[in-house]
Amino acid sequence: MSELLGQTPSQTVGPYYTLRLFKEGENVLVPPGHPGRIAIQGRVLDGDRNPIEDALLEIWQANSAGRYRHPDDHRELALDNGFTGFGRAITDFETGEYIFETVKPGRVPDAEGAFQAPHISLIVQGRGMLNPVFTRIYFSDEDEANRDDLILRGLPAARRGTLIAELVETAVYRFDVLFQGEDETVFFDF
Amino acid sequence: MSEPVIRHYGPKAYADHPPFSYPDYRSTVKRSPTHDLIRIVQTLSETTGPGPAWTEISEEDTDLTTNTGTGSPAIGERIIVTGRVLDENGHGLPGTVVEIWQPNASGRYAHWRETEFPAPLDPNFVGVGQCLTDDHGGYRFTTIKPGPYPWGNHPNAWRPAHIHFSIMGPSLGTRLVTQMYFPGDPLIPLDPIFNSAPPHARSRMIATYDHEVTEANWALGYRWDVVLRGELATPMDERDD
Ligand SMILES: [Fe+3]
Repeated sequence: MSELLGQTPSQTVGPYYTLRLFKEGENVLVPPGHPGRIAIQGRVLDGDRNPIEDALLEIWQANSAGRYRHPDDHRELALDNGFTGFGRAITDFETGEYIFETVKPGRVPDAEGAFQAPHISLIVQGRGMLNPVFTRIYFSDEDEANRDDLILRGLPAARRGTLIAELVETAVYRFDVLFQGEDETVFFDF
Repeated sequence: MSEPVIRHYGPKAYADHPPFSYPDYRSTVKRSPTHDLIRIVQTLSETTGPGPAWTEISEEDTDLTTNTGTGSPAIGERIIVTGRVLDENGHGLPGTVVEIWQPNASGRYAHWRETEFPAPLDPNFVGVGQCLTDDHGGYRFTTIKPGPYPWGNHPNAWRPAHIHFSIMGPSLGTRLVTQMYFPGDPLIPLDPIFNSAPPHARSRMIATYDHEVTEANWALGYRWDVVLRGELATPMDERDD
């Protein structure tokens, strides 16, 4: 077995990443009026529960049929024209709020041949973060699927709720990312 | 072909990366997790990622000395920065988006955030670029050597000259944002962000001056390779491509 090259260390995006890593509209994955359009909004909060005003959020998700736009996913499911499943949002410098407008993803396979509950992968970075954190957004109106989801089931019961976006009004979900404390969001290593 | 390909990526090498909390870089203290990360089995959600779809819609923007569109070149020391994006197994990663941003020659970012650093802006330099790696994982930018700049972390704190790099890679877990530093910079050993990486891995963030890359009467050349997580090594005959 040959020796592996060493991974290049991660570094913070710093305070100026919006120069390149965010462009107006990258948080909107589907146009207004698109069937099944939802909004996911919230804040990213630090260990003192102050909003992090300069966080970068990146999402990766399957389309509403449950297919990823990726060469490894050749399942015979529809691909939506123009839907990449990738979005970027930043937290507002004054309010700390972010928003994504997208569709709820369909169910994708889990590691044991069943289906996962609908979820969106989320990467959070920012000034003061030397590494990205990886988490998942699940949906509060998917109770039954959430109960069966292998990854949710593997979490301590008290922490599962941190991954569930709350339906707060029609087609609008709220999902906060919390660093530190009892209610810290679950972050994954994979 | 209705079964998705499930690859198996090796783990993030935590021993090669900074810790989440590194008190010498003050802002990390309240912006880091305190629970252990929860290990999960990789599913299609983790082994796929935005890289390939993002590549399809991305355009090359590789000359930062002229890409403001003002028709006048940026001021400062013109340089070429080139190298490869590789995985841990040494394979070049083709078709990967590489995004960069940096301050100008005076150490000033063309950004709306307020700064107390009275360095001039250059109307002919915004400091952002993007490219797609070639068939061998190669990338190449022409830019201006960035200046060091002060920051508020501690008294008389200065960031060494650096270029921010963001790379998607083929899967969710290959996502990497890092910084490239320049050889011989006396500010490097004083910088808590650079020093947050473990000692054995720090030199991987420093480019090499390469006279082969330097172009006569034009620009000095630097070479810098970036290594992302890779698939777990499998014998060649087990690969399905
Ligand atoms: Fe910087």
